[in-house]
Amino acid sequence: MQNHPVFTDNDPQTEYSTLNLGPTHPATHGVFQNVLTLDGERIVSGVSTIGYIHRAFEKIAEHRPFYQITPLTDRLNYCSSPINNMGWHMTVEKLLGIKMPKRVDYMRIIIMELARITDHIICNGVLGVDTGAFTGFLYMMKYREDVYEIYEEICGSRLTTNIGRIGGFERNFNHIAFGKIRKFLKEFPPALKEFEALFNRNRIFVDRTRDVAAVTAEDALSYSWSGPLLRAAGVDYDVRAMEPYSSYEEFDFEVPVGSNGDVYNRFLVRNEEMWQSLRLIEQALTKLEKEPSDIFHADVPEFYLPPKEEVYNNMEALIYHFKIVMGEIDTPHTEVYHAVEGANGELGFYLVNDGGRSPYRLHFRRPSFINYQMYAPMSRGMLISDAIINMSSLNIIAGELDA
Amino acid sequence: MSKITNEDLLNDIKAKFDSDVANISEPFGLLTLETSREKIIDLLTFLKTDAALQFIFLTDITAIHYPEAEKQIGIIYHLHSLVNNIRIRIKVFVADGDVKMPTATVLWNGANWMERETYDFFGVVFEGHPDLRRVLNVDDMTVFPMRKEYPLEDPNRVDKRDYFFGR
Repeated sequence: MQNHPVFTDNDPQTEYSTLNLGPTHPATHGVFQNVLTLDGERIVSGVSTIGYIHRAFEKIAEHRPFYQITPLTDRLNYCSSPINNMGWHMTVEKLLGIKMPKRVDYMRIIIMELARITDHIICNGVLGVDTGAFTGFLYMMKYREDVYEIYEEICGSRLTTNIGRIGGFERNFNHIAFGKIRKFLKEFPPALKEFEALFNRNRIFVDRTRDVAAVTAEDALSYSWSGPLLRAAGVDYDVRAMEPYSSYEEFDFEVPVGSNGDVYNRFLVRNEEMWQSLRLIEQALTKLEKEPSDIFHADVPEFYLPPKEEVYNNMEALIYHFKIVMGEIDTPHTEVYHAVEGANGELGFYLVNDGGRSPYRLHFRRPSFINYQMYAPMSRGMLISDAIINMSSLNIIAGELDA
Repeated sequence: MSKITNEDLLNDIKAKFDSDVANISEPFGLLTLETSREKIIDLLTFLKTDAALQFIFLTDITAIHYPEAEKQIGIIYHLHSLVNNIRIRIKVFVADGDVKMPTATVLWNGANWMERETYDFFGVVFEGHPDLRRVLNVDDMTVFPMRKEYPLEDPNRVDKRDYFFGR
């Protein structure tokens, strides 16, 4: 670049080229458009366009009973849908004042931490692919499959899980599910270790990612970043630690923090979070052993959908089923904000209720939407290849971006 | 958990904005109050810059529509003080036909897209916003779809009326 015969760095350029990165570009892993103004390979300015898969979830949610909103939340961050499902269940339970049995809390923690691991597997694996290392991605995807099989055993589906119900789980974890969780806990750590060995001190990877897209803590806070991105910038904000939900306060885990918020730091923070998630799952399994093994939901018949066999054979279950489905039960006339630590940051549900069967207003605080707005401003002056890996490490999920 | 209580927080706010905050409540422990359009930026600035409070994190901006109310559109701010680990919710109600708000982008860069989203769905015009365009819907859309008068489905359909479902 410096010795180019026509354009040099000192040359005051007046003509730039425009590049449409997206809406469907294989390097962006989703439907985002960025119109970039380029000076050679360097980005002068960019404009992000989003909304390609906007599905009006907030509007739909105003017309659906609470239990039918769970499948909508699946489709926010579809790489870790169980966290969204649980976040929504907990919001409604907070609204209704339902207290969960400890065993359900621990089961939820297992599922949420498994989901966090799958999400970070995708993000860090794909970051490897984008920097030219395909092997790590393939190693790690096997374990995402293992987690999906655990979901399958518990709720029957894999990606958009609709796992759990308001008031607990739809069914108890069976021994196959527990077997698969234990198998995962045994087999995943060596693979994660191998993955770290492939990347953490790999000269090519470190040179490619260190000091790329570094973000100061002030900027990260000003842009309302949360989750691994904010922690990589050096702010130890984790909803699980600050405002514990689902009995996280009983657990022993650490909140990894980076230093300068670059792509390498984000990668390390996510890797460390996977280790912490494994710790949490192990502790939850130990705690589960002390709880009565037949409890998997709270005793709230007026909000917890009864099993189908009982609906057909039991008068009370039939009545409750009818009342729940038809929205005959009064709910408090109030508003609630509940946040969970999603894989990408603070996933918040702001629910305004007017006492009916569906929310008067439901707003999702979607971390991807809020994290992504810094992308265009921070790309200024960056090489286009750096902007690509920056986007990978932001882990923007189109479903969560557009809602 | 949090280092200051809602009462402390409310006293601090009342010391400076006594006549400007109203409708104070604490649903599920989250201090909620209403203020006016004229005072909102002063209040946000105070909360953000006060050395003891430090509400440095803007969690969210959104809006709500009450078609029957005198002031139909409510703009709702959620702030979080990471230092004290306490949240606050601030509401401003404005009348339909005069849906204007001063922008919070002067305080937080992150308010940019949140305000664009609020404009996109409720038609709230944030004055002084650097780039107030629709963000999720198409640019040539003429309505603000999250307002209550805008139906979810074809209003002529009769098979999905609420009274069939006990409402």
